[in-house]
Amino acid sequence: MATAPARGPLARLAGFLSLLRLNGFAVGIAEGQAAAAFLAAGPALDRRAVRLGLKSLLCGTQEQWERFDELFEAWWAERGMKQATPAGSARLGGRPSLPKVWDAVLPSDAGGKASGPMGLLEGDEETAGEGEGRLVASRREARSRTDLRRFTSPEERAEAERIAERLAQAIRHRLSRRRRPSRRGREPDLRRSLRRSLAQGGEPLELLLRERPSRPARLVLLLDVSGSMQPYARPFLAFLRGLLGQDLRAEAFLFHTRLVRITEAVREPDALRAMSRLTLLAEGFGGGTRIAACLKDFNDRHARSALSSRCVVVLLSDGYDTDEPEALAAELARLKRRARRLVWLNPLLGWRDYAPVARGMAAALPHVDHFATAHSLASLAALEPELARL
Amino acid sequence: MQERSHPMNLDFRDLQARLDAVGYVAEESLAMALTLAVGLQRPLLLEGEAGVGKTEVARALSEVLDTRLIRLQCYEGLDATSALYEWNYRRQLLAIRAHEAEGLSGDALERHVFTEDYLLRRPLLEAISQETPPVLLIDEIDRADEEFEAYLLEVLADYRISIPELGTIEARSIPRVILTSNGTRALSDALRRRCLYAWIEFPDEAKELAILRARLPEVEAGLLRQAVAFVQSLRREDLEKKPGVAETLDWVRALTGLRLPALHDDPAAVQASLVCLLKTQADLAAVTPEVTARLVGRVA
Repeated sequence: MATAPARGPLARLAGFLSLLRLNGFAVGIAEGQAAAAFLAAGPALDRRAVRLGLKSLLCGTQEQWERFDELFEAWWAERGMKQATPAGSARLGGRPSLPKVWDAVLPSDAGGKASGPMGLLEGDEETAGEGEGRLVASRREARSRTDLRRFTSPEERAEAERIAERLAQAIRHRLSRRRRPSRRGREPDLRRSLRRSLAQGGEPLELLLRERPSRPARLVLLLDVSGSMQPYARPFLAFLRGLLGQDLRAEAFLFHTRLVRITEAVREPDALRAMSRLTLLAEGFGGGTRIAACLKDFNDRHARSALSSRCVVVLLSDGYDTDEPEALAAELARLKRRARRLVWLNPLLGWRDYAPVARGMAAALPHVDHFATAHSLASLAALEPELARL
Repeated sequence: MQERSHPMNLDFRDLQARLDAVGYVAEESLAMALTLAVGLQRPLLLEGEAGVGKTEVARALSEVLDTRLIRLQCYEGLDATSALYEWNYRRQLLAIRAHEAEGLSGDALERHVFTEDYLLRRPLLEAISQETPPVLLIDEIDRADEEFEAYLLEVLADYRISIPELGTIEARSIPRVILTSNGTRALSDALRRRCLYAWIEFPDEAKELAILRARLPEVEAGLLRQAVAFVQSLRREDLEKKPGVAETLDWVRALTGLRLPALHDDPAAVQASLVCLLKTQADLAAVTPEVTARLVGRVA
């Protein structure tokens, strides 16, 4: 074998396999045997052929496919590269790397006491010391209660997206009262089974099924990105992205002094690019908020196509408006007539001692079906039962 | 299943040349993966963006090996009856009615209607009951449900299918299995481990040119070179859906149909013909005449 060194090619191969395992390849005994058989089968193989063959045998995903060459060269050229992977594989037993991420967010001494800026954290999570898993868990808990304004890392945005996906599912899943034929339904459709049996001389050979179709609720999201909401913009954008997910009928809009439709930007498959596109859109304006004017714009231009009687409108805003409160109330009333439910999420509500006294907020409340806080991941997650009920 | 002890033929360059001869320009890594898949009798999972020629691999391989190509197109809701076998109820019923008149006993009747004559063979059963190993293409496996994936795993593990009324059908020969996936759903680790793997990239300029030459020998070389360079730089643009090799082929056919000797001769016609390459409204809007002119300017 051209590439194998003098001492025990099998030992070298075993070493290479464990290097792959270290780097997150799913290489088991069966793969090892196949690789050994492959090397034994072709003494005439050159280095390139060995690399290509092992690559096909041992890779399982695109990511592995792309990294294989580098690992192969590193091992067989005896440069002794131990682990070419960065923290990216946290999922695969990268447990120790988790706390490091939080160190940026939390004080380094212990997990749970990280205080949210508004004193939101009662010291109720026990912390630290009884082994690593526990520490990680409590830090995770702390993070979910941290005020969203501190959220910057991709992991935290991913968490916001995950919560949002769950919420979206809670809202979306609605069963109709009607039944319709379905190949994978749960109930027998006797009428159609009988009808079909006529063609077979009255023998009911095929059992046809029916189901209750799910009638998904539509989502329309309106996100306030004015100056006062700026610190929340990034986590909320991630949240929006999760809510929209794959659901093709959901719509999303940004507003401060103007209203911008961002549905396409949010759906961008590449998460990083989506975030930067959105951030650009969101940061383009700045300045005050004109909620009423933006809602009017929405009602005039988009409501007809975006809203339906099955539609849940989620408004993320702190309610600080430079327009007249009466105008806001009127626009909300118009909006409410077209939608099924109106949910207002206000990050300020999570602050201690906050009461919705801003005049705009006070005028809006009568038209809102559900008014809730949205200042931390925990508070967002707590929305699930509420939204499921709507 | 027979033992896999026969010596492997590991000459992947030979296979590469033979694929070339039937009009499929394969990269070395793909040729090696195919060689191993055939040699080890293991399924091969091909992934890559839409339009890189995953399905074509199976066709080319079947031509090289001179065997049948059996194709199973996966879709959501695909179940065992459409993939494996189904009893031909109507024929059975007719037979029962006919034999009832003759006064055949129930037992004999049952033995008669549950025979292979009344079995509708679907692709998987068809593939394992061939005398010479066919190429079995399981296309877009990611679109089938997870249950089906588990079922497929079982069939691919021991190449036998049990039919309750008939008993177990053993494979007469082990088909060369090629699975393709576009990544609409994450495949299970079990399936990935069962298969060999190859990722197919968009071909680079030289390779795409070779593909076009092989497929469209009648088109003039200068136009082919320009077209390939244009498509290559188009793929680097910010598009929703990048044009695949099939799109390039269509486009070149369109250009020859328009009797364009070179891209810069008629910008309007080139712009109009872009519908062959760009398949979404957003992409068509993004590639404005200015963008086209810039790209054409680069290749001219």
